[in-house]
Amino acid sequence: MARWPKPAEGSWTEHYPEIGTGLISFEDSVSPEFYELEREAIFRRAWLNVGRVEQLPRKGSYFTKEVRVARTSVVVVRDGGGGVRAFFNVCRHRGNKLVWDEFPGEETSGFCRQFTCKYHGWRYGLDGALNFVQQEGEFFDLDKEDFGLVPVHCEVWAGFIFVNLAREPEQSLHDFLGPMVTALDGYPFDKMTEWYVFRADNRSNWKIFADAFQEYYHVPALHPQQVPIEVRTPGSGFECAHFQLDGPHRVVSTGGARRWTLPPEYMYPIERATRSGLVGPWESPEIGEPPPGLNPGRIDPWGIDNFQIFPNLEILIYRGWYLLYRYWPTSHNTHHFEAMLCFQPATTVQERVEHEVAAVVFKEFALQDAGMLTGTQTALESGVLDRFPLNDQEVLVRHFHKVVADWVADYQKNHAEV
Amino acid sequence: MTDRLLPAGFAELEPFAGTWCLATETERYARRMASSMEEMRTFYDAFFPRLEEAVAHCDTFPLDALPEDARRLLQLVYSLVMVSMSIEIFHQPKAVDAADAEIERVREPVP
Repeated sequence: MARWPKPAEGSWTEHYPEIGTGLISFEDSVSPEFYELEREAIFRRAWLNVGRVEQLPRKGSYFTKEVRVARTSVVVVRDGGGGVRAFFNVCRHRGNKLVWDEFPGEETSGFCRQFTCKYHGWRYGLDGALNFVQQEGEFFDLDKEDFGLVPVHCEVWAGFIFVNLAREPEQSLHDFLGPMVTALDGYPFDKMTEWYVFRADNRSNWKIFADAFQEYYHVPALHPQQVPIEVRTPGSGFECAHFQLDGPHRVVSTGGARRWTLPPEYMYPIERATRSGLVGPWESPEIGEPPPGLNPGRIDPWGIDNFQIFPNLEILIYRGWYLLYRYWPTSHNTHHFEAMLCFQPATTVQERVEHEVAAVVFKEFALQDAGMLTGTQTALESGVLDRFPLNDQEVLVRHFHKVVADWVADYQKNHAEV
Repeated sequence: MTDRLLPAGFAELEPFAGTWCLATETERYARRMASSMEEMRTFYDAFFPRLEEAVAHCDTFPLDALPEDARRLLQLVYSLVMVSMSIEIFHQPKAVDAADAEIERVREPVP
């Protein structure tokens, strides 16, 4: 097994002394009271990625995002000037949900010239201005200027649309993302517009599922089938090449021989026949010089970068395509999971089949991760244990729960002072 | 001739076309879950040796202008990919230890 050098302190974990090496608690993932705190302390304070600019191709394009953990819905729109704006999805007249299609609780998207409330027909422009009030003369001193849609802070980084539900965000999006993440600036996410989008409603706390995607220690045990049985080595481990923390965000990089450069028996027949598989297509169109933020550990041979952007966004960058996850809490022990595989558009059937294979294989192994969740959640909720050991390969899990705790503590402190 | 679904060179796969020419992943995954390993093995054994040929045939046309029979052949390729997960990797219809997990594909490119 390849051995990757560790920092001078002897471990990735000790390289970041503030996160400690002791046992940790998962009370933050089973406690309804803690979940109530997360609503305000995290989801009404952090920048949240709700989509990509490609979802708003022209003036009047819009989509809605249900942010249940913050008990709100947001409508994101391309305005008349080509900018991206977000508003709380609430009509100013009687508080009705403004934009929805068949059912108010379901997200929708589309194109319009203005937003019209289903209830009494009030109409708002793409800039949020109240443009029309039915029987306006029946109202009493109603100044339409004062009743535009309530704006939500909305900023775009690298084509990713973020909102911040705070009245006044504590940081700009750029400052929030910090140097490690923004060093990905210039990566051609905008070329990767062929999307395979998945969703799931899982019966676990949102952090428990995120944990499964920020360590690879579990791979040999939970996903032994990733290696064909003929060449599977019982007892083999998995070691990542590089870990890095920056503020509330994390990255892990894998390294080692690329799957398709291994002898043929290390791949399944469908992978060899289609030249695609577990880690995606063997080849993708060239994307030019990578930005400095890619492969921050300068691993060679580099595998993938897995960026965990606080609180609930994950971007995995492969060679020429990327995979994105979002974890939206829906209660202390349930969450809504979104995943997207984003490729440069296929120009041939061969390329399209390569993408399909990657998307099918992704789901198989994500189902194994998801299958574990109910068991993890219910066992944690049993309360039999309250302290758990984490190893150096799980350094990002340790950091994640620490950051969540810190944000909650910080919120409580400030709240108490006020 | 009128009831031929696949390109002429793939006539021996016609018996599978009615079952496995499915437009969406949701339909293909559901069909896989509803199929026995024997049914999937029969389809896999018949089609896998010709997979690359099938892709090559489809690639004699522009991706965005596939004739109907080639479009169905591509759907059959997608179903073979789906079935290969059960045949090659898990040796059962559903992924091992996936329990009752479900993940729904809600958007995909066409074709």
